[in-house]
Amino acid sequence: MSHLLNRLTYFKNRVSEFSNGHGVLTKEDRTWEDAYRKRWQHDKIVRSTHGANCTGSCSWKIYVKGGIVTWETQQTDYPRTRPDLPNHEPRGCSRGASYSWYLYSGNRLKHPLIRSRLLKAWREARATRTPVAAWASIVETPATRESYVKLRGHGGFVRGNWAEVNEIIASANAYTAKKHGPDRVIGFSPIPAMSMVSYAAGSRYLSLLGGTCMSFYDWYCDLPPASPMTWGEQTDVPESADWYNSGFLMLWGSNVPQTRTPDAHFYTEARYKGAKSVVISPDYSEASKFGDMWLSPKQGTDAALAMAFGHVILKEFYLDRQVEYFQEYARQYTDMPMLVRLVEKDGRLVPGRLLRASDFNGALHEKNNPEWKTIAFDRKSGKVVTPRGSIGFRWGEHGKWNLEEKTADGSETELSISFIDDRDDAVDVAFPYFGNREHDHFTGTDHPDILERRVPVKRLRLNDGDTLVATVFDLLVANYGLDRGLGGEWAAKSYDENTPYTPAWQEKITGVPRDKVIAVARGFADNAEKTRGKSMVILGAGLNHWYHMDMNYRGIINMLVMCGCVGQSGGGWSHYVGQEKLRPQTGWLPLAFGLDWNRPPRQMNSTSFFYAHTDQWRYETLGLDEILSPLAPEGAWSGSLIDFNVRSERMGWLPSAPQLQRNPLDIAKDAATAGLEAKDYVARELKSGELKMSCEDPDDPANWPRNMFVWRSNLLGSSGKGHEYFLKHLLGTAHGVQGKDLGEIGGQKPEEVAWRDEAPEGKLDLLVTIDFRMSTTCVYSDIALPTATWYEKHDLNTSDMHPFIHPLTSAVDPLWECKSDWDIFKGIAKSFSEVAPEVLGVEQDVVLTPIQHDTPGELAQPLGVDEWHKGGAEPIPGKTMPSVAVVERDYPNLYKRFSALGPLMAKIGNGGKGISWNTEHEIEHLKALNGVVTEEGPTKGLARIDSDIDAAEVILMLAPETNGEVAVKAWDALSAITGREHAHLAKPKEDEKIRFRDVVAQPRKIISSPTWSGIESEKVCYNAGYTNVHELIPWRTLTGRQQLYQDHLWMRAFGETLCVYRPPVDTKTIAPVIDEKGNGNKQIVLNFITPHQKWGIHSTYTDNLLMLTLSRGGPIVWLSEDDAKEVGIEDNDWVEAYNTNGALTARAVVSQRVKPGMMMMYHAQEKIVNVPGSEVTGQRGGIHNSVTRTVLKPTHMIGGYAHQAYGFNYYGTVGSNRDEFVIVRKMNKVDWLDAPSKTPEAAE
Amino acid sequence: MASYFNQFFFGFYPYICLSVFAIGNVLRFEHGQYSWRSGSSQLLRRRQLILGSILFHVGILIIFLGHFVGLLTPIWVFDSLGISHSAKQLLAIIAGGLAGLMCFAGMILLIHRRLFDTRVRATSSFGDTSILLLLFAQLLLGLSTIFVSLHHLDGHEMTKFMGWAQRILTFRGGAASLIADAHPIFKAHLFLGLTIFLVFPFTRLVHILSAPIWYLGRRGYQLVRTRKQTTSSIPESEIAQTARLSTPAE
Repeated sequence: MSHLLNRLTYFKNRVSEFSNGHGVLTKEDRTWEDAYRKRWQHDKIVRSTHGANCTGSCSWKIYVKGGIVTWETQQTDYPRTRPDLPNHEPRGCSRGASYSWYLYSGNRLKHPLIRSRLLKAWREARATRTPVAAWASIVETPATRESYVKLRGHGGFVRGNWAEVNEIIASANAYTAKKHGPDRVIGFSPIPAMSMVSYAAGSRYLSLLGGTCMSFYDWYCDLPPASPMTWGEQTDVPESADWYNSGFLMLWGSNVPQTRTPDAHFYTEARYKGAKSVVISPDYSEASKFGDMWLSPKQGTDAALAMAFGHVILKEFYLDRQVEYFQEYARQYTDMPMLVRLVEKDGRLVPGRLLRASDFNGALHEKNNPEWKTIAFDRKSGKVVTPRGSIGFRWGEHGKWNLEEKTADGSETELSISFIDDRDDAVDVAFPYFGNREHDHFTGTDHPDILERRVPVKRLRLNDGDTLVATVFDLLVANYGLDRGLGGEWAAKSYDENTPYTPAWQEKITGVPRDKVIAVARGFADNAEKTRGKSMVILGAGLNHWYHMDMNYRGIINMLVMCGCVGQSGGGWSHYVGQEKLRPQTGWLPLAFGLDWNRPPRQMNSTSFFYAHTDQWRYETLGLDEILSPLAPEGAWSGSLIDFNVRSERMGWLPSAPQLQRNPLDIAKDAATAGLEAKDYVARELKSGELKMSCEDPDDPANWPRNMFVWRSNLLGSSGKGHEYFLKHLLGTAHGVQGKDLGEIGGQKPEEVAWRDEAPEGKLDLLVTIDFRMSTTCVYSDIALPTATWYEKHDLNTSDMHPFIHPLTSAVDPLWECKSDWDIFKGIAKSFSEVAPEVLGVEQDVVLTPIQHDTPGELAQPLGVDEWHKGGAEPIPGKTMPSVAVVERDYPNLYKRFSALGPLMAKIGNGGKGISWNTEHEIEHLKALNGVVTEEGPTKGLARIDSDIDAAEVILMLAPETNGEVAVKAWDALSAITGREHAHLAKPKEDEKIRFRDVVAQPRKIISSPTWSGIESEKVCYNAGYTNVHELIPWRTLTGRQQLYQDHLWMRAFGETLCVYRPPVDTKTIAPVIDEKGNGNKQIVLNFITPHQKWGIHSTYTDNLLMLTLSRGGPIVWLSEDDAKEVGIEDNDWVEAYNTNGALTARAVVSQRVKPGMMMMYHAQEKIVNVPGSEVTGQRGGIHNSVTRTVLKPTHMIGGYAHQAYGFNYYGTVGSNRDEFVIVRKMNKVDWLDAPSKTPEAAE
Repeated sequence: MASYFNQFFFGFYPYICLSVFAIGNVLRFEHGQYSWRSGSSQLLRRRQLILGSILFHVGILIIFLGHFVGLLTPIWVFDSLGISHSAKQLLAIIAGGLAGLMCFAGMILLIHRRLFDTRVRATSSFGDTSILLLLFAQLLLGLSTIFVSLHHLDGHEMTKFMGWAQRILTFRGGAASLIADAHPIFKAHLFLGLTIFLVFPFTRLVHILSAPIWYLGRRGYQLVRTRKQTTSSIPESEIAQTARLSTPAE
């Protein structure tokens, strides 16, 4: 109908009235409504998700209309839960709902980009040279290399084409492998769980090349080292649905509605059900509204609060009254009954190491690993016994590694957790106290460094004479400062005494009223007693990002263990950080690290790597004397933090990369020439000093990392602690570092590391970043490759918050010239195989690996620390130094190997976490499913891995979590070690095989597997430690139990055998600059806190227009009203925060939410959006990490010691950042730096 | 030659303009419903807009009404009402001048905003800016006719324009020759006025035709549009029944 004619009938439209004329019925034209109908019409809906390292892992419907992705909504088809449990859905939040904006945004990477100077140099060199020679001519000519290196981050990208950029990358990799060694090719990609195939694409390429894959969980400081210390487990946590089963929920430093948005409904529902809720957070966070009680401790003092909670729980539930459930739990599942030797130190008794069977004459009849079997006291027989379950039973024998209450010889036992009633004596034992250390911004107490407390002991006759021993429980109680009627100093009889660690004592430090502490502790334990452990603590990065995060965590873990909560449905430790739970892990590992072709892969812990190679160690301000225990045993505790890391690397504790000063491809040849096996040759050369490890001289050009890939990550815009040091030393471009290095200030230089006065700037020859958007990292890269978005590729996704595996699928083909990560690395691999024969053939690569957790090797150094470098021991690979393996690299066939499943899977099998099983059947299935390679060559007849779906099928087929047949095999393998039948957990699902198309149809619940400590069942929710408690599978610690006492020499040296309160460290970044860099405005020094985004997931979405519109549209920091007033800052003012590490600019949000003394900056706000120049540095603003610097902690470097042995992302140094302070002041001039560059344009 | 141009611009050109105006508006209304709007930039920046817009709109509405009544009312109506030509002329000069000044002030604000506010300028189309400038030029011409009119306070000149306009609209010949000797400023004003009609359908001016005046006379708070195909073949009783079904309150 005509619009005009319709208008002309205006007066006839009204047909009737109703409701006394209040309503009018008309018959006017309604075709305009079709516009709204068409708005929501679409051609198809595709299932995908967002790989943003968000634990949400929400399945989404992606709507496609006319070939365009138009919008997304939450999927609602998760499998239903059982009747008494709320459903999981809807899962999703505003951030995910804004994702489709990226696909067609101006910020999308559409074509391969390369720095024009590099491209010109390449074309010029390539005109007359072969590919590798062309690359050599570029990087070996300093002027040419500098011409692009020095201008990184200053623009100058031009469009490249895939063939050409692939050839450049491949030539650079081949050159580096030939010239320096393949371990100088580095790859950083985090969080495989968010898109496992995409991760595997790059890591498979690097692993076949011999390159180094970098860890992330520890670098992000999401790894709580307290977890491996206590449980021998990286992290295992309850799913969010299990919150609903809890009776007492404590939310501690975790902001559930903001950071676990799709899970928060379970918290609400738990409260409707009647669960008690306590929220602990220094700021009035969004989570605080959930609390029946909100406690607001001073930031960074959580351990003091936790210790006071523990004090109350021990007193009321263990000493004044013994709760039967707690006693049983402590006896069977904790190390509380284990015996500790007391040793003399300067006339005092201090707790030493755990007693072992080998300490006794005849080793208590233990022939296998007696030095790895811990000892307890049997209450019935009154004798010492060797209880089952300790790590010595795990390796070298079968059937006794379990938590049955039995001794090694099979007799029943009931262990004694205390000697209070049958003590031989009560002696004063010395404990270190750190709460008195001076800090400008944290209140301490004036108690002495050493607190002597009386402990009941027994006297035992051991190999080395009569020795006093105490139980862990008795030491624990003494450490908490509780009076046991034995007299002595520092034992509190009442909560009101100011003795560490009473509620009154903590009041001074945390500011939390003591009566609230007592009430919360009592309620928490009381609920656990009545419900058998259904008290839970949800905690997160808020506690874990402090230098002494172990203390915060162990303080809380102690409470949970005391109350028998770990491993009980509705109870336990819910540490939620990144999306770390890669559920089909054991199926994924072979694909990701090329284990089907060669083992072992090269892996590196990122924190130590970046500390060394961004030269943050050159600026170290934290002295060893500031963290060492006053009771440290005799030993060489001198040097600086990097010295400890180097010692650790030499002893095979931590990994090393680059590994050796010489090219590892040459070492095998040298060994052959010398007529030695590679491992013997390396040991001999290291000892003689002919061969050095790279870590001893990280600034020597021979030891620099040369090529680096960053994919699925925004390293420089998000996680790169010490951002300005990255820019200065690793990248060699303009930077904002304000401090001077140790050479310039005449500081104490390291002992083990060569000092070079001239610090290197620009270690990397080539930085390649793969992303779908122009992130900060892309801006600083030499080559930026455009990848498929999460709506344009096939992949898999899992999380710890729910038990489902579900996919990313391609709603539309990759736009413009984008390709999926799988295809990108396939392309690079192909180019590499084409250019490599110029310099590389089939090579022998010598690979060093640290002593690994969950392998027999973890029993390396039982009783002390053997430093071969000091001449005290021989370098023995795998025992006192890294293991040495020779791996064959077939460089010309790298591409063929990449795209076929190699022969080792059928030959050696698969496994994980200390067990292994045969996979021949699965390999046959994969050949049938993916097809076999028919082309002639080394891969003929093997299963194909051509597409990303093929790769996903490999993961799903090999993993016990997605293949019931494998799950049963895995449980059987574990049964052989524990001597108990476990396969019943998977038997009902033996015939279930989850394929890619299945998860596309609907998210699927995974199958119970021994890789994890919880089970999937119709009766309980996934809960960590469940199989330890209910299946009696030991924790993978020294004692086999939850270990509250850490007896390694280094743990003793740094005073952390038991949990203590340690105030934040002083990073000393303020004094050198506060008087120099003023701008006339008043300044204030504030603690710099970087919590998780509200308007983004890490840096993703912070450049998204929709999210920017919801926030203030640029970088912001939060200040308290009091602090802002003091220095005249008003809301929305531009402020600058700076210290010796650098500076950042942001708008101020002045809010009552914030506690005075701290400033919060939501982490990872992109540098590319609305960031003005800094008055201090003259560079563009900076990001949150511009004012941080990594500081390592020596106790995280321990290795070769059962649970304290290295595992990729399992143990190692972590990148903490919350002890940092900044100077904050209002800016005078907001300079957008949009004038033409004064330096020559990068594009010239 | 001069008389040909006079005949063309004031005899034929008006019909070209009015034809384009009529056909253009109908076509745009039929086929460009989504473009039928005022194109307000208030969302981008409120500053300057409110004052400028009110001054401009009040001024131009008075001027429009003045022109409409002044030009199209037959002269005998004034005569029979006893309004002398010179009084009418004086009224036109004073009322038109005041409204013109209001309009002038408003347009200065609006033009400045449109050209110098970066956000507004960036989102302005060629048509948005040029129609504003065109109206401004027309206003300036209109205001400058006042100085000419001050020499003809007898109103004789004005009756010629009334005659012209009425002849054009009633399709009577000889319209152009009536104003052959008018002052060039008047001629330019007339020409530009006709041109505004010409470009009208291609600009945001179309919003004038859809001013939401219907609200003023509307009864009933709730409008219910029936889902039935309401041609006249449906009996009124059935429609009334539909109304009852769709309103549970009944």
